[in-house]
This record gives sequence, C-alpha cells and structure tokens, in this order.
Amino acid sequence: MKTVRSMVLISNDPKSKANASQEVIAAFKLAIKNLELTDEVAVSTIPEIGMVRNLPLVVIFPEATVYAPVKPEDVPQLVEEHLFKGREVPDLKEKDPDTLRKIAWLTQRKGTLPAENRIALRNVGIIDPESIDDFFAYEGGQAFATALQMTPDLVVEIIKASGLRGRGGAGFPAGIKWDSVRKTPGKKKYVICNADESEPGTFKDRVIMEGDPFSIIEAMLIAAYAIGSDEGYIYIRGEYQLALDRVQKAIQQTREYGGLGKNIFGSGFDFDIHIHAGAGAYICGEETALLESIEGGRGEPRVKPPYPTTSGLWGKPTLINNVETFANIPPIVLNGAQWFKSFGTPSSPGTKVYTILGNVNNTGLIEVPMGITLREVINIYGKGIKGGQFKFAQTGGSSGSIIPASLQDTPMDFDSYRKVGVALGSGALLICNDSNCIVDSVRVLARFFQEECCGKCVPCRVGTDQAWKILTNISEGRGTMEDIAHLEWLSKGLEDFSNCGLGQTAGAPIKNMLDHFRAELEAHIKLGVCPTGVCPMS
Amino acid sequence: MTLTPNQLDPLDNPRMREVIDSTISEFGDQNGALMVILNHLQERIGFITKPMQAYVAEKLNVPVSKVHGVVSFYSFFTTEPRGKHLVKFCIGTACYVGGASQLIDKAKQVLGIEPGQTTSDGLITLEVCRCVGACSQAPVVVIDEVNHGRVRPSQFARILTEVQKSEVAP
Repeated sequence: MKTVRSMVLISNDPKSKANASQEVIAAFKLAIKNLELTDEVAVSTIPEIGMVRNLPLVVIFPEATVYAPVKPEDVPQLVEEHLFKGREVPDLKEKDPDTLRKIAWLTQRKGTLPAENRIALRNVGIIDPESIDDFFAYEGGQAFATALQMTPDLVVEIIKASGLRGRGGAGFPAGIKWDSVRKTPGKKKYVICNADESEPGTFKDRVIMEGDPFSIIEAMLIAAYAIGSDEGYIYIRGEYQLALDRVQKAIQQTREYGGLGKNIFGSGFDFDIHIHAGAGAYICGEETALLESIEGGRGEPRVKPPYPTTSGLWGKPTLINNVETFANIPPIVLNGAQWFKSFGTPSSPGTKVYTILGNVNNTGLIEVPMGITLREVINIYGKGIKGGQFKFAQTGGSSGSIIPASLQDTPMDFDSYRKVGVALGSGALLICNDSNCIVDSVRVLARFFQEECCGKCVPCRVGTDQAWKILTNISEGRGTMEDIAHLEWLSKGLEDFSNCGLGQTAGAPIKNMLDHFRAELEAHIKLGVCPTGVCPMS
Repeated sequence: MTLTPNQLDPLDNPRMREVIDSTISEFGDQNGALMVILNHLQERIGFITKPMQAYVAEKLNVPVSKVHGVVSFYSFFTTEPRGKHLVKFCIGTACYVGGASQLIDKAKQVLGIEPGQTTSDGLITLEVCRCVGACSQAPVVVIDEVNHGRVRPSQFARILTEVQKSEVAP
C-alpha cells in the first residue's frame, strides 16, 4: 500500500527553472532513491509560487519546513538529514519573513500531509483486476481472514473506532451504520454496495471497481460477517460496462475459489453477492431509491424513517455503503483503527479520493488525506489554474456546493466544510476560472436537478423546475430583483421540505451563489449584462 | 423513428418472440425480476414497445401500469428502435464546461437532426446522456459505446463522416 510519511514540494515556476529547479528535482529523486526512501517520501512540484525572492524553494511536509534557495549540491545533505535522520538543516532554512508570509497558504497547517496516500486506491493500477491470484499476492484476503478470527462485535468496534465516514457524500459514520444493522433483530439481513456513481464529474468508484474489484468483495464479506448477513448486492450504474464486467468476473473467480457461497472456507459462514445493473437514473444513487430499483420498481426514494438499517431491502435490515467506503475497510481491519486515524483530521480520519476537473492544467484522480485545502489541490495536483484566475470550485458532482475563492484555504473535511456552509460531496472538484459565469453554471445545475428529479414529492418536482426557469430568465436578460427573493425562498424550501437528498441539496448551489456571488447575479438583472459574456442576455 | 407498417412488433416476429419468452422464463422467478427482464430485453431487442410491456406484465402477473412506470422512469429504456449507430453526447458538468454544447451544434449542422432523433436513413441516432465518468477527457462523445475524449468541433465532423462512410464501404 502506498502510504507516504513525508512529502517534498519543489517550486518549478519559470524563475525557479532559471535557478536550476529541474536539477534540484532530479537530485531529490536520486538522493531519495539512494537512501531507499522511494516508498516513504513523495516528491511533487508546484508550477506557481508567486513573487518570492529566493528560488527554488522547497517545502518538506508534514513539518512544513521551508528551505530556500536550494542548490542541487545541497540536496544530498537535505535528504540525509531531514528525510533520513529526521533533523532539520537550520542553515538552509528560509528566514525571510516576507517570503514566509507569501507562502503561508502552503505552510500554515502543519501535521496534515498534502501528499497522496493511497488507501482506497491501494491496488488500482498495480494488480491485474481480472486475476484473483494477483489479488492474493498483494495482501488480498488477509483482512477477511483476520476478521474471521475476531467476533463480529469486535469487527464493528474496529470500524467504529476508526472514525471512517461514508464516502458517498453525506459523511455518515460507517461504524454507527454497521452497529445499527448488527443490533437490529432479524434473521435475514442484506449488505449492499452502492456503485451507482451518477454524480457528474465523479468517477472514483469506477476506477476502484475497474482496478480492484476483489477488494470490494472482500470488504462486503467482512461487512456481512460483522452484521450477520448472508446475501449482498452490488448496484452498478448501467453506464459502467467495464466495471460491470470486471466485478462480474471477480465474483465468479471468488466463488470458484470458495470465497463466496455456502460455508466459506469451512468457517460455517455463508454469503453470496448479486450484481444489479442500473438503467440510467441519477436518483438511484439515493439509498432508498436504490432499494426500490433492486426490488424492480421505479427508483423513487422512500420516506425516512424507517432507515434502511432497520427496514431496507424487502423490509429487512440493510447495510448500504459506497464503493470507496468499502475500499477502506480491508486496510482498517488489517492495520487497525489507530493506523487509520493517523491520516486526515480528527473528525474526518483517512483519505479521500478526488477527481480534479475543469480549468486546471492537470486533470485526474488523486487520493489525499482529509483536511488538505482546495488551494493545495489546485496548485499541487492541478498544477495551477489554466487561463485566468480561480473563481469558484464546484464540489461533489451536482449535489455539492459552490466554493468561492474566499474558502480556498478551508481544510477539506466534512465538519470544516459544514461549518462554513458548504459540503464536500462525493469527491468531484470542478475548478472554474474567471471566464465562467456563476449564473450560467448554477442554471446548468438547476437544469440537471429538474431533469433528474423523480417527481415523487412536490417541493422538489416544482421547486427544481421553478429554479431552472427563473435562472434561465435571468440568463436571458428577463430577470427582476424579485427573482432573487424567489430564488432565496426556493433554495430554502427545497432544503427544508424535500423528501430526499436530491431535493435537499438542489438548492445548495443557489444558496452559495446568493451568499458569495450576489454582485454578479445582480449585474445580470440591474445592468442587463453578463460580466463574463457567457449568458445570451437577449 | 416509429415502426413503419412493414416492420412488425417484436412480439409478432417469431425469432424475437422466442428471445422475449426465454428472457422472461430465465429471470422471471428471481426477486426484483421486472428490472432484470427489462434490462435484458432492452439489450437483446433494442427497445420495448407497448405491446411488449403488456406482454411482460401479463407473464409476471403485475399491472401494465407498473411495467410502463418502470420503462418510462429509467432513461436506458426506449420504446422505439434507434438508428444503427448511437452517438451520445455527455452533458455532465465537466463536459458542459469543456464545450459539449458546441459539439451538439456541430452535429445538428452536419446531420440536420436534433438530439433524440434518428437520421432518415436509420443510420445515426443522436442522444444526450448523463455523465459517463470520463470527466478528465471532457468533452466526451460516446459512439457505439466507445468513448471519444477531448473532441473538438472541427474533428467531430470528420468522426461523424467516418461513421457514415463505414456503412458504405463493403
């Protein structure tokens, strides 16, 4: 598993390049290799550091020690002292207070490593996803074997103690869910893996299923053992054909191996998994809609309570977790709750898989500890904003929030985000530069919700439609100041009165726009212009 | 495209009827059979007409309204046949930001049809679809289940022409 303990961040802007930053990067890689630290230390670059005097500049995390200017010949000493022996090198440290102030965004949070740590993605791209033998070669199955040695209660305790929170978007503590299902009386219980990843911009679950399907099966086995279930479902969205094939093959191979079915490995424990393919409905990612869909009906969310933990699939107690949540289970069982808590923040331990998209130089998938900031994601992993300045980011596919530039330095974890009125969502980070219009972006989101609303409850069915129409009017130059009041009222009404998560979050982008981008919205109405020139305004 | 008079409903075509019957008998007994059967019918036949829905309802002993409710709820199910090639535009947020609407405009211009329609020769159907999860490749066009990433409007005309040409060539 690739979990690093230190990270070296090296400035690589044009000015640094002129001062041999490329050579410094190469020297770091070489020195780290020579001391056999490659598995423990990550090296990354930052293409934009700002106007600082001494370059190239090197920051070593988690201590957040700043060294500058670093010459290639300094590197072997730095690596040996700081990274190998764990001692800072005072002579090379940056002391200029002006520089330290300018890069404070990089160094202010000591303790959280902005480096990639792969827990959920530990096997992705490393093992052959179609070979169970390969999976066994990489610690596969050991977590389940370990769990079988424990009592089910102990397994639940470990998950509870780890503080793992659901990675589907809501961040509900997984251990509490497990405990609740375990304690609900009943002979028949179900374990369901929610792989209906329909949030636009999110593809972390697809990557996990395509790259490491056996781990999901192993995690479901552990869950089934812990809560006392003998039957499970993986609900995969129909668009993910390759994931469907791979998971199907993985189940088949595990079954042939005796890992699924009756009396698994002679333990007296029975469990089997069915695959259910979705048929193109965003709402089926909502857990009760998903249950309705497995039962063969329209995917309309149920009224909660009762929650699925007490009355789920066919009325039986049901555990539903997201793919990424399940992917974290085997390492936790193997390494223990304390190990897991050493990553991330106290209230949101562990790592999170993000998909970085939009106007950044580098798009793709990362897994970083909870608590790193949006600015770090953009600058370190996105390698800077493409074309213009950062304006806002949209988290969590559609049902997340719009994060303005003023919240760029808020640690990304469930509670820190909730405190400032935004949500982390499912892990998509759509980065938008200043050529994007906020009204247009929110209108597109409103259109999405209007389209995907299942129509069961009135606040959502009417509210999402009205929101979209009002925003369309504003973007076409027909807005009035009254519309703003309507939007405020609609976003509140959607949140308060909708039956399920879709409606409850449909108003969030509107609320974020009103909170942070009111001036731009008012310009559309009062001045009749779209400041970015995106909206048609005619 | 609706069924033309000389096209029979799949139920009246003996070969297709056999497919329908075998699908129902294969999955009819399991829990939540309806969705599974409809998924397979959509895949094997390509569409689910109203007579087919009524037939499934009768065989499963559920109301037709239930079957129709499910068919109309999920966007995968279609009640009419599609063209030979399916061109789907991802309109997820990332693809929208990446310029999906320019691609759709280009397709309208080249083929003269709107999304949801099929060319008069029955060759190409245009559709918009939900996020396909290939967002780092935005904008994405899915042609016959193959993802084409980072498509530019200028390239796109060529891709479409190639799809059309592939039919003419032997």
